Amino acid sequence: MKKNLIAAALGLALLIAAPPFMKSYGLYLISYWLIFVIANMGLNLTIGYAGQKSLGHAAFFGIGAYTVAIVMKAGFSFWLGLPLAVVGCFVVGIGLGFPALRVQTIYLAFATLGFNTAVWLVMRNEEWLTGGTFGINNIARPSLFGFSLEKNLAYYYFILGTTLVLGELLWKLLSSPWGKAFTALRDNPIRAESLGVNIQAYTLLSFAIGAAYAGAAGALFASLVQFIEPAPFAVGSSIMMYLMVVVGGPGYFFGPLLGSAVGVLLPEWLRFAQGWYLFVFGSAVVLLMLWLPDGLLSIPDRIKAKRLAREASAARAASAAAIGAET
Amino acid sequence: MSAPLLKVTDLKKSYGAVVAVAGVSFEVMPGEIFGVIGPNGSGKTTMFNSVLGQIRPNAGKVELKGQDITGLSPLQLSHRGVGRTFQTLQVFGKMSVRDNLLVAAQEHHGNMGSRMFAPSDSGLGAKADALIAQFRIGHVAHKKAGELSYGQQKLVDIAMAFMSDPDLVLLDEPCAGVNPSLVGGISTLLKELNRDHGIGKERGSFIVIEHNMDFVMDLCHRIMVMVEGTVLAIGTPAEIRGNKQVLDAYLGN
Repeated sequence: MKKNLIAAALGLALLIAAPPFMKSYGLYLISYWLIFVIANMGLNLTIGYAGQKSLGHAAFFGIGAYTVAIVMKAGFSFWLGLPLAVVGCFVVGIGLGFPALRVQTIYLAFATLGFNTAVWLVMRNEEWLTGGTFGINNIARPSLFGFSLEKNLAYYYFILGTTLVLGELLWKLLSSPWGKAFTALRDNPIRAESLGVNIQAYTLLSFAIGAAYAGAAGALFASLVQFIEPAPFAVGSSIMMYLMVVVGGPGYFFGPLLGSAVGVLLPEWLRFAQGWYLFVFGSAVVLLMLWLPDGLLSIPDRIKAKRLAREASAARAASAAAIGAET
Repeated sequence: MSAPLLKVTDLKKSYGAVVAVAGVSFEVMPGEIFGVIGPNGSGKTTMFNSVLGQIRPNAGKVELKGQDITGLSPLQLSHRGVGRTFQTLQVFGKMSVRDNLLVAAQEHHGNMGSRMFAPSDSGLGAKADALIAQFRIGHVAHKKAGELSYGQQKLVDIAMAFMSDPDLVLLDEPCAGVNPSLVGGISTLLKELNRDHGIGKERGSFIVIEHNMDFVMDLCHRIMVMVEGTVLAIGTPAEIRGNKQVLDAYLGN
């Protein structure tokens, strides 16, 4: 635990201290990475903690982005767009949760995938609202308490701050009885219900809260890239986000941090491989899934499990003897 | 005689032409350990699941403390004080043993709003620790439930059903797959819980389905024998042991 705290503190110090020395593309990349960390924190709640297979996360990411873009184009402030994006995605997320009350696993994945396609078609076809394939450009960056966030570095710190606040909120939620209820829902919904866990409410909330995080991420994304069009919110992006959560370690709090790095930063580092980089990336994911189906953050658990396996047989014998002796 | 805790009247459940439960009636008194035995396929678990809202009975009535609970969902029954275990192991494998116990009762305290961002143990820590001590699983309390041996998981599974101080607990084959030394341990635990050791009721009331005859005869106050979806006999262990019909139909040789 102490080691984790030190690692987190060091990581945070790096995220605060390093960016002023980075070039604008590097700054853009880590901003982009943090935005995916926010979106994937939400998806990790839906998939990793609550066990609901969602392939529609990019739709919420898009709804968040378009909400801010449309609100700002209509002349209103980013500070109206951001909460609207979050609340809007929360409400739509509840709606997407309803199929999950009836179907699970691969069937739920397909239902959410259909939802993503429908949202993407609206973005592409409803030109009057979304600009269609031309998208919406010149999305401004906001100012906060009189400080302009126009500059890349300032906007990066704003994203970092938002990530920390949303991370802290999720941490608190998952440490509360809600966290256990979500995990119970994932591990064994029938038993959970028989213990009084309202699995329908928690299923809907796992979608809604996950969607709200994607909405916040989308809102930040619109102002980061300042130009949005439907492509980043298509089904392929949802699959990529799912992949990032799985690679990082679903159900591990810091999984999205690593997973998003693999999904966003690794392709950039692999650019030296040029035309081969997608192949290298794909192969790395295949190997990772073969060896570490529970993601990168399962490595410490695996090492621990091996040690436990050695101790287990001894413990079994002791426990049987202890209880048998009482009778 | 006091009023029955659970009263089941003419419960029926069929799947198409197959009649699984064909009109079962019985009463369970407060503080009673009520055993249900019968050959495989005699409708014990279907009867259980109909009482527990897992499946909806075709006909009949189930009353708890005089209130009609027929057809209520498992969620509603849990909040009305009916706990259960399942035939197979049903623990939350990725959670620690202690968290398994906490989640087994947390939804009975406050509401969803008050539990959001609330302390992790919902004020149930002492209760969980008491059950952990009683079930002698303290040495594995902080391990993930899925990492334990089968017998240890079975103990966690049973303990979970008692976390929320239920009025009535239905145990579906608590000894299935458990080694003989642990069977005695489980029997001792259930007797303790029946006499109020930590479950917050005057006396614990259970219904137990079990194939292990020594266990059932030793533990239960009364036993119901089911054959082909009907009740063959209800009586004390001594009466059941001496019942010729039961001997012919089930206990046999």
